[in-house]
Amino acid sequence: MKVLKLWQPQTRARSVKFVPVPVLVLLAAGLAAQVIWHGTRAPPSATASDLPVPPDLDALRLSSLGDPVATAKMLMLWLQAHDNQPGVSIPFRKLPYDRLAGWLERILELDPRGQYPLLAASRIYAAVNDEEKQRFILDFVYRKFFEDPNRRWPWLAHAAIVAKHRFDDLPLALTYARAVSNHATGPDVPNWARDMPVVILEDMGELEAATVMAGYLLESGRVTAPHERRYLMQKLEELERRQVGAAP
Amino acid sequence: MRNSKISIIAFYTFLEATRNRLVWLVVGFVVIGFGLSQFVAEIAIAESASFQSSFLAAVLRFFAVFTIALFVISSMVREFDDKGLELVLSLPIPRYHYFLGKLLGFSVLAIMTALFCGLVLLVHAPPAQVAFWVFSLSCELLIITALSLLCLFTLHQVTLALSAVMAFYLLSRSIEAMQLMAHNPIIDSDSLTQRIIEGFVDGVAYLLPDLARFTSTDWLVYHTGSWEELAPLVVQSAVYLALLTGAALFDLYRKNL
Repeated sequence: MKVLKLWQPQTRARSVKFVPVPVLVLLAAGLAAQVIWHGTRAPPSATASDLPVPPDLDALRLSSLGDPVATAKMLMLWLQAHDNQPGVSIPFRKLPYDRLAGWLERILELDPRGQYPLLAASRIYAAVNDEEKQRFILDFVYRKFFEDPNRRWPWLAHAAIVAKHRFDDLPLALTYARAVSNHATGPDVPNWARDMPVVILEDMGELEAATVMAGYLLESGRVTAPHERRYLMQKLEELERRQVGAAP
Repeated sequence: MRNSKISIIAFYTFLEATRNRLVWLVVGFVVIGFGLSQFVAEIAIAESASFQSSFLAAVLRFFAVFTIALFVISSMVREFDDKGLELVLSLPIPRYHYFLGKLLGFSVLAIMTALFCGLVLLVHAPPAQVAFWVFSLSCELLIITALSLLCLFTLHQVTLALSAVMAFYLLSRSIEAMQLMAHNPIIDSDSLTQRIIEGFVDGVAYLLPDLARFTSTDWLVYHTGSWEELAPLVVQSAVYLALLTGAALFDLYRKNL
């Protein structure tokens, strides 16, 4: 009960009858006028705002007040939510992809270890129904991959899969797969990512190149896991058999 | 005679602000804000003048609102603590004279603050557009002044009253966006919950002033301000001032001294 007493006002208010009638009238009239005024105003209409040009990196660093990682995270959420403005939903394909890539680049510059921008680029913005924009954003992922291959390989590997299965553009898929295989050499990179070029070359009918690639991976010393070595050796044998079979 | 009582209280309220060096704080902040805006213009690679004026306008607007609210609340708390209210009301002065005197004194201060803020914006925008901006900021500050008085009469404490004023201000500025979001959810739904949310947000909007339409930075950057845009702001300010005055007087008359 003592706790409840703490919430009680220190002095009890006087009864409402002490309030002069004109004050009550003013209060009621003010409230009524506010409700009527609001009712007569046109309801808010939604207007979509364009994605602005990304600001200079120095300006962003300055406005981050010494915390660029937090700023990068907030900017990423803002960018991701840009398609859902109050009252308006903008399809991703309507976004200007050059500006979008500019924002993603700035966010990566603020937080180079962050994975979200390239994840969004390869998984969200590359999923639009517009091949030109898809290729543009995958090329952005490809360019940014080289700055930190051991962390960013998953997004380029996904880009290779998109190029192979969605565009049916095997040379592009091979370019991405080769970049992953040659540059992502960290211990966390899985076997399948390293072996992707062999599979794509095989799909392209480039059996000789696929054989060379498989042999190179085996001899490079980068493949140490027994099951992966066994897989590559089996693949090498299969490719050599097919080459012999295909020879006139 | 009645007017002289109100004006005397207003005069001493304003005098207190000048003796508290509040004017110097405003002048100091305006100078610092101007310096910061110059810096922002230096680092912008394009539209540096727009960056400068929009940054300065936004900073000055928020500073003015915060300062006026804080000054009104802290000044009134001191008055209560020093038993100034009891002293004034022991004289043959009706409570509404006291309230109107205080409101008038603080309002003069609010308008002067808006004018100071506008002076520095003349460097970046045409005088007519700055005049619209200053007029609109004055209306906004008058609402904040009356609201601060009401919150203090009701809540009695600086922390609670200032929090309530700031929450009201932020809600009033963003209620339009909230309405749009409530009526256009990301996932289309006609559920009961959705309708309750829509109704609640619309109901709150009925009770709040449309502050999102006040003191627009567009006027300074794109020079789109006009008298036609100001007219609804004047009506809204008058209506809301009447409502806040009524509510504050209601609380003041019920106050047990």
